[in-house]
Amino acid sequence: MTDAIVVEGLVKRFGTTTALAGVDLTVTEGSVLGLLGPNGAGKTTVVRILTTLLAADAGRAEVLGLDVARDADAVRASIGLTGQYAAVDEYLTGFENLEMVGRLYRLPRREARSRARELLERFDLTDAADRPAKTYSGGMRRRLDIAASLIARPRVLFLDEPTTGLDPRSRLGMWEFIADLADGGTTILLTTQYLEEADRLADRMVVIDHGRVIARGTGDELKEQVGGRRLELTLARAADLGPVAERLRSLALDEPHLDEQTRKLSLPVSGGVDVISEAVRRLDGNGFEVLDLGLRRPDLDDVFLTLTGHAAEEARAGGETAQPEPATTGGALR
Amino acid sequence: MSATLVQTLADSAVITKRNLIKVKRVPDLIVFATLSPIMFVLLFRYVFGGAINLPPDINYAEFLLPGIFAQTVVFGSTVTGASIAEDLQKGLIDRFRSLPMSRSSVLVGRTVADLGLNAISIVVMAITGLIVGWRINSSFGEAVGGFLILLVFAFSISWLMAMVGLLVRTPEVVNNASFIVIFPLTFVANTFVPLETFPSVLRTFAEWNPVSAVVQAARELFGNTSEIVPVPDVWSLQNPVLYTLLWTAIFLAAFVPLAVRAYQRTASR
Repeated sequence: MTDAIVVEGLVKRFGTTTALAGVDLTVTEGSVLGLLGPNGAGKTTVVRILTTLLAADAGRAEVLGLDVARDADAVRASIGLTGQYAAVDEYLTGFENLEMVGRLYRLPRREARSRARELLERFDLTDAADRPAKTYSGGMRRRLDIAASLIARPRVLFLDEPTTGLDPRSRLGMWEFIADLADGGTTILLTTQYLEEADRLADRMVVIDHGRVIARGTGDELKEQVGGRRLELTLARAADLGPVAERLRSLALDEPHLDEQTRKLSLPVSGGVDVISEAVRRLDGNGFEVLDLGLRRPDLDDVFLTLTGHAAEEARAGGETAQPEPATTGGALR
Repeated sequence: MSATLVQTLADSAVITKRNLIKVKRVPDLIVFATLSPIMFVLLFRYVFGGAINLPPDINYAEFLLPGIFAQTVVFGSTVTGASIAEDLQKGLIDRFRSLPMSRSSVLVGRTVADLGLNAISIVVMAITGLIVGWRINSSFGEAVGGFLILLVFAFSISWLMAMVGLLVRTPEVVNNASFIVIFPLTFVANTFVPLETFPSVLRTFAEWNPVSAVVQAARELFGNTSEIVPVPDVWSLQNPVLYTLLWTAIFLAAFVPLAVRAYQRTASR
């Protein structure tokens, strides 16, 4: 298998801020790479360099064996980009948007039109094809945007946070579209803040923070790094969290994690079902109302928390800062 | 023609079409682009016209209209900057820059579409002018030349505004910033009043102001000059067509490459 994307020692500075401090990554042709990280980690900068929008200060970046700086035009002809916000012309209809982009990819007029109709159909936009994009919902715009990036059948597709700002139903729909594309053999580099999204769509993942790669591998491999399983309980009363954590503490390998809002308690444990029965035994007859109790494997949120010391969700709440704030919510007992 | 040039023209045509579709979908644009010049014609002709101290026997409508034409097309060309900044803000410039299209086409398509808008404005103003007493007293060829020189000059300003739009990036700021430049350029000129009335420093500025030359060129080409309003004895206004074309050439030679360079380097956030 050859690599469709090769990035080596990529460095980018904006004034005194270092956005990328030497990023290496490869994406095998036909696979999906999830590029994960909080806001300001450098995900978008990587995408912008690979799509020829931005010049790197140092390092090498190649798409399909073409250098993004030297062979920019050839790179542009074989990639599709869907940026963070839907880059569609609001005044043009869906059809006109796609036809325009098709023509700018230098497709003959007839082909640009037939591809436009085909993609409108595929992205459920046929009914809205002749309405200005201004009248579209957020999800529709995003679909139109992705359709535009696919019009010339690119071999490599860049999706920069394709579901940010979408409602859950639109997000699920978008995931299906992306999964279909991947099944069709398109190489995809996907950036996301949603760990669940990367877990669903990506074959391999690269986690970056402060412009550096801090972890890489398949979702399972990353979860290995965090190790163990978690015993998770949901209680009826938030007030019980402390006392319950106290009783179960000796079962845990590390500090329990409490969340007052969801009334959830999470403990890293070793072993299997015996842990559950021991936990039930310890809590029984003490008047605690346990709504849910179970063992689960760590998810990527746990991975992120372990690797960076702060949760992805919390970094996101910090907005556009390059330096995500340490975890302040969640009430971990430390 | 070389293959690259053909491609550039084809891409530019796609972008021009896109920009003109917007004009069709948002009729307000064209309504305001034409209403304000109509308002200017009426305002100066009937409100200020009486107060502006011109020698008697002069037809103020004939003096005024070439000035209004010039002011309007120069104002019209500022639209270029705001539109480019808007495309940048909405991420469209990113999309275009990631496509294998020619580098200058987004700007060519924009400036050409704005040239089209300006042409529509001029037609509306000319009709309004004819109604309030403006007349063309020259040959057909000269009159066409008059309209062309106004449009060509405005086209060159569009390229300056395109660069401003790419550097300033916020449509509202582009608008305000361009008015700071465009107002003195169009008012400290022979647009509405003869230059003799100006104090000396302003007068020198006005005499060499390219907008004065455009206005003077238009007056000559439409046959709207009058013996009663003598043309100042400076080279710029004695040779207004040449002087205007000189400025147009300078603007294009400077701002086409600069704007294209800014386009290639720009990136929205």
